[in-house]
Amino acid sequence: MVMQPASTELAARTAAVISEMKSLEGPLIPILHGIQEEFGYVPQETLPIIADALNLSRAEVHGVFTFYHDFRHHPAGRHVLKVCQAEACQSMGSEAIAAQIKQKFGIGFHETTKDGAVTLEPIYCLGLCACAPAAMLDGEVIGRLDADKIDEIAEEVRS
Amino acid sequence: MSVTIYVPGDSGALSLGADKVAKAIANEVAARGIDAKIVRNGSRGMYWLEPMVEVATEAGRVAYGPVAAKDVASLFDAGLANGGQHKLSLGDPEKLPFLARQTRLTFARCGITDPLSLADYEAHGGLTGLRNAVAMAPADIVKQVTESGLRGRGGAGFPTGIKWKTVLDTAAEQKYIVCNADEGDSATFADRMIMEGDPFVLIEGMAIAGLATHATKGYVYIRSEYPHAITAMTKAVEVARKAGVLGKSVLGSSQGFDIEIRSGAGAYVCGEETSLLNSLEGKRGVVRAKPPLPAIQGLFGKPTVINNVISLASVPVVMDKGAQHYKDFGMGRSRGTIPIQIAGNVKHGGLFEVAFGLTLGEIVDEIGGGTATGRPVKAVQVGGPLGAYFPRALFDTPFDYEEFAKRDGLIGHAGITVFDDSADMLKQARFAMEFCAIESCGKCTPCRIGSTRGVETLDKLKQNIEPEKQLALVTDLCNTMKFGSLCALGGFTPYPVMSAINHFPEDFRPATVAQAAE
Repeated sequence: MVMQPASTELAARTAAVISEMKSLEGPLIPILHGIQEEFGYVPQETLPIIADALNLSRAEVHGVFTFYHDFRHHPAGRHVLKVCQAEACQSMGSEAIAAQIKQKFGIGFHETTKDGAVTLEPIYCLGLCACAPAAMLDGEVIGRLDADKIDEIAEEVRS
Repeated sequence: MSVTIYVPGDSGALSLGADKVAKAIANEVAARGIDAKIVRNGSRGMYWLEPMVEVATEAGRVAYGPVAAKDVASLFDAGLANGGQHKLSLGDPEKLPFLARQTRLTFARCGITDPLSLADYEAHGGLTGLRNAVAMAPADIVKQVTESGLRGRGGAGFPTGIKWKTVLDTAAEQKYIVCNADEGDSATFADRMIMEGDPFVLIEGMAIAGLATHATKGYVYIRSEYPHAITAMTKAVEVARKAGVLGKSVLGSSQGFDIEIRSGAGAYVCGEETSLLNSLEGKRGVVRAKPPLPAIQGLFGKPTVINNVISLASVPVVMDKGAQHYKDFGMGRSRGTIPIQIAGNVKHGGLFEVAFGLTLGEIVDEIGGGTATGRPVKAVQVGGPLGAYFPRALFDTPFDYEEFAKRDGLIGHAGITVFDDSADMLKQARFAMEFCAIESCGKCTPCRIGSTRGVETLDKLKQNIEPEKQLALVTDLCNTMKFGSLCALGGFTPYPVMSAINHFPEDFRPATVAQAAE
């Protein structure tokens, strides 16, 4: 298989992230976080560049990239809504809440709305277990989710 | 005189609108020309009262809660700046029964101080432990921690001092202190609260560990699901560095110690210490076989102390007040205090730090106040996703490592999830297997394959396909997972599964299952 050569721009941005983190001990995960912050996901084309810079095999970098739930293979929607589905939230009806959210946006978990507004994901614990059911919208935490709060979220992601 | 108003910046409070409240207060303060300073403190841990606003008055702190942004104008009308009466008045927060019954050693400052003010930290007793440690020989620090009886608060309960001694006794040019802040268990938030509400206590604990073992570098591995904790710890490390608590010389001593904050990447299994070390090294978070122990060959193959946030954050008080002071709390071999996290379907959810020994019933019924829905309590899961489900019949179990083990349970990281009578225990057992399947690192077969087979078997039971056979199979499978898995993920998943089957057989009985299916 012939790999598509990485575009110069992508390569330059990748190299910039790598050079910022390379001096850390065990830099691979910080680099992958940095790449995701830079591009919104981890483009396949960046993996050989990272492997080369860290003197690792492509397989090793691929293995690490695919091990962790956080690293995206594709760009997400403009907003990302993570809804907790762990036990403490379950005890407060998180499954029903998730069903309402899925219905509201017309998508399931790991899907993005057609207009690209929001990606929906399950998450297992936000540490808001005494404020259940909980969710996180683009890094903002939301506790005691109910129908009103779901409406507010819908308004925010569609505006 | 300037008045200080406290609005928690803790994630739990933020999730309930604390930022909006803080903004509304800032607006009112400006509009009314009041000379006031707003401090974003940690949470006191009473989440049914969050956002809980406090005002420092001459007579002490006065609290209001739960405050919504729309309440703010009326609070100022009622004279909030002077502690005036309002329908949301709670009075002196320390006199609220939930706080008054606690023994706060590790959480002594959480919710009281400005988390990023080192001066505030010191004014409330901070750094005394580290100053004492600076004047001591490493072996004496280790001895004091050992004598305190402190055991690993991450869940395994291994004596902290003994771990430290192994690292001290292992010669190496470089040693590490790694703080496990990958608090992935549902129902737990004590690590998050400390990191957001009193980050210096963790930094102090790690610095003491560094002095005790000749380790000069520390890492805090924080799960990515905790963005606010990552921010707070990052800022606190910078403050500590500038003040000379961290850096080339710890408080003027001959030893240096510095800390780096690292973010996890969404893998539950990285809460297991050896997979956490692999993750820090930039590898897949797979579990390592032990031996070698991390204390001998840990991070990058070097001797490493790896401790949970609460274990490390409990060290400063031990070094400040002495081993005996800490040891005097507790029961049996469980010494000191434990921050119990009461969560899920409960009326008074939050953090309750207390000496070991309260019964599960006291915690759930008296302190937690029963369920939030008002329905009867059916089950409580103690110790997170890998902890057992306890029925009401076992509510006399004292909160203690050994007592829980005797009843086929574990206290883990001391999180408690309360479920009301609408809970379906077959569904909960299935979830335990499903979660294990999602999060398994894949290294050992019992966990990787067993969890998936467990889901399938419980699904067949649900469909009433040869139910007796499925129950026998799942029991056998749990036995294999328990004794054949490399780490606690596969090894402890049988706890929730088997406890659900044993204590709530009616939810697994073919007849009930069949009726429910109709």
